[in-house]
Amino acid sequence: MGMTIAEKILARAGGLTKVSPGDLVVADVDTVMFNDTTFYPGTWREILHVFDPAKIVVVFDHRVPAPDRACAQMHVTGREFCRRFGITRLHDVGYDQGISHVIVAQNAYALPGTIIVCSDSHTGAAGAFNCAGRGIGVPDVVHAATTGKTWFQAGATVRYDLIGALRPGVATKDVFLHIAQTYGDHYTFNIEYGGPGVSGLSLDARRTLRTMGTELNAEFSIFEPDDVLLAYMHERTTAPFEPRYPDADARYEAKHSIDLDRIEPFVALPDSIIRNARPVSELTGERIHHAFIGSCANGNLDDLAIAARVVAGRRVAPGVRLLVTPGSQATYRQALEAGYVATLLDAGAVVTNATCGACGGGHMGVLGPNETCITASTRNFKGRMGDPSARIYMASPATVAASAIAGTITHPGTFLGAEATP
Amino acid sequence: MISGRVWKFGDNISTDLMLPGPALALVEKEQMRWVFQANRPGWVDEVRPGDIVIGGRSYGIGSGRPAARSMRNLGIGCLIADSINRLFFRNCVGYGLIALSCPGVSAAFEEGQIAEVSVAARTVRNQTTGQTLSINPIPERLAKLMLSGGIYPLLEREGFIAPLVA
Repeated sequence: MGMTIAEKILARAGGLTKVSPGDLVVADVDTVMFNDTTFYPGTWREILHVFDPAKIVVVFDHRVPAPDRACAQMHVTGREFCRRFGITRLHDVGYDQGISHVIVAQNAYALPGTIIVCSDSHTGAAGAFNCAGRGIGVPDVVHAATTGKTWFQAGATVRYDLIGALRPGVATKDVFLHIAQTYGDHYTFNIEYGGPGVSGLSLDARRTLRTMGTELNAEFSIFEPDDVLLAYMHERTTAPFEPRYPDADARYEAKHSIDLDRIEPFVALPDSIIRNARPVSELTGERIHHAFIGSCANGNLDDLAIAARVVAGRRVAPGVRLLVTPGSQATYRQALEAGYVATLLDAGAVVTNATCGACGGGHMGVLGPNETCITASTRNFKGRMGDPSARIYMASPATVAASAIAGTITHPGTFLGAEATP
Repeated sequence: MISGRVWKFGDNISTDLMLPGPALALVEKEQMRWVFQANRPGWVDEVRPGDIVIGGRSYGIGSGRPAARSMRNLGIGCLIADSINRLFFRNCVGYGLIALSCPGVSAAFEEGQIAEVSVAARTVRNQTTGQTLSINPIPERLAKLMLSGGIYPLLEREGFIAPLVA
């Protein structure tokens, strides 16, 4: 019996010939990433030894620029850590800063066939690059950074074959919400994405889908490599890598086929995601106060482009705030050059620097009591974006932008012309 | 044997509920004051060391932040849930919070009842009803770490991290 992609990557990293569901694998890690929250005064433990400084990446993203003294202190600690051990891949406030998972994507830090770990839950975003990424929490990150090793319990794999192409105004965020609604919880399972529909999805679009795999409770979610991925990697790195393909006789827990042409815009209702999504058309008319587009899942150039297209020549509804946070400063510059930033500003949006910011209710754009928000970010959990009484709906950037213009939850086709009309 | 009074929580208890984002800026001991403030205000004043938290499905879903540590610092005797999010479970191992997956546990207990837990025998017993359920196995190496205070004591002994200055 053959192996799935996740099993193959774990086998290589664990020095094993075969990995099967249930196995506990002690793996050599290829990349260990720290984000700024690891250095919080209340979290940080002084590290005395690093297994290999060249395999460590440090990115400041959650609280950037520092909004208070505790955050300023954590950034100081992070800089000292890099200096002490000669870690050169530090993405500090400025030119090459961004949300860690976006930085990984744009700098090709997650090589196909390898393993990347970070404390942050969305580290699995690297699965878009055929890389096994996982959030492992701070103690395990400290363990990995000092010893070069961590553990994984191998899970069975669910395979999704994507076919066809998304219709205008429909995004991989909607594909994710469709999966969450139709197939539900993926507790202990890996996800493998493949099929002919993948080649029509940009790496950013794939990363959105993969980032949201965390919200399906999945272990690794990994895309099968294709020419688009290999070209993307070769444009950004000369480092050698070995992409992993599933064996023809790999064993899957389940196999599903998703026809992208049939996906429609979805919205997740407040507080939880799994089996809690509805087609936008069923929620049309719900009044909102706050609209957010950003995070590791939805701060991509594609996301800013579609948001700009929706709001072009229009104005955000009175009583509504539209906040847009690019995933990295590089994305910000690209959006500026393409004219998206100007279009968004003209419509009344606030465009912030790259940071996790509002997604986690950290700083900039926190929700007040009894407010209603629609967000294109990673989570809609109670209390996550501010006051616990606030209601958080989750959708694609196009749906969020359309809702900001209308002032109520609205199908993006309303503003995208005939081809995307609901 | 761990025995304690049961507090019940539902499905999808996120780490945002145990450790809201803004509380990350606080020192460790203050962070635990924020546990369940959004969904059950005042609970941290009622819970006592040795009490047992029972959750439903996907306990600990969400961010990888050190929420397990706040539960440990509150003195929770152990956490049992129908299923525990795998990242949250890693943090339970890492910070030394005893966390056990036990399908059906949520339906088998009412709040205030006494649970008797044997990690070695992998059983949870409801002292009131007598019902006994079995706990999912945990790989031995992980169970050892979880029961011995987590990863940091190990890394301190190896000289990889500095001891905490009190």
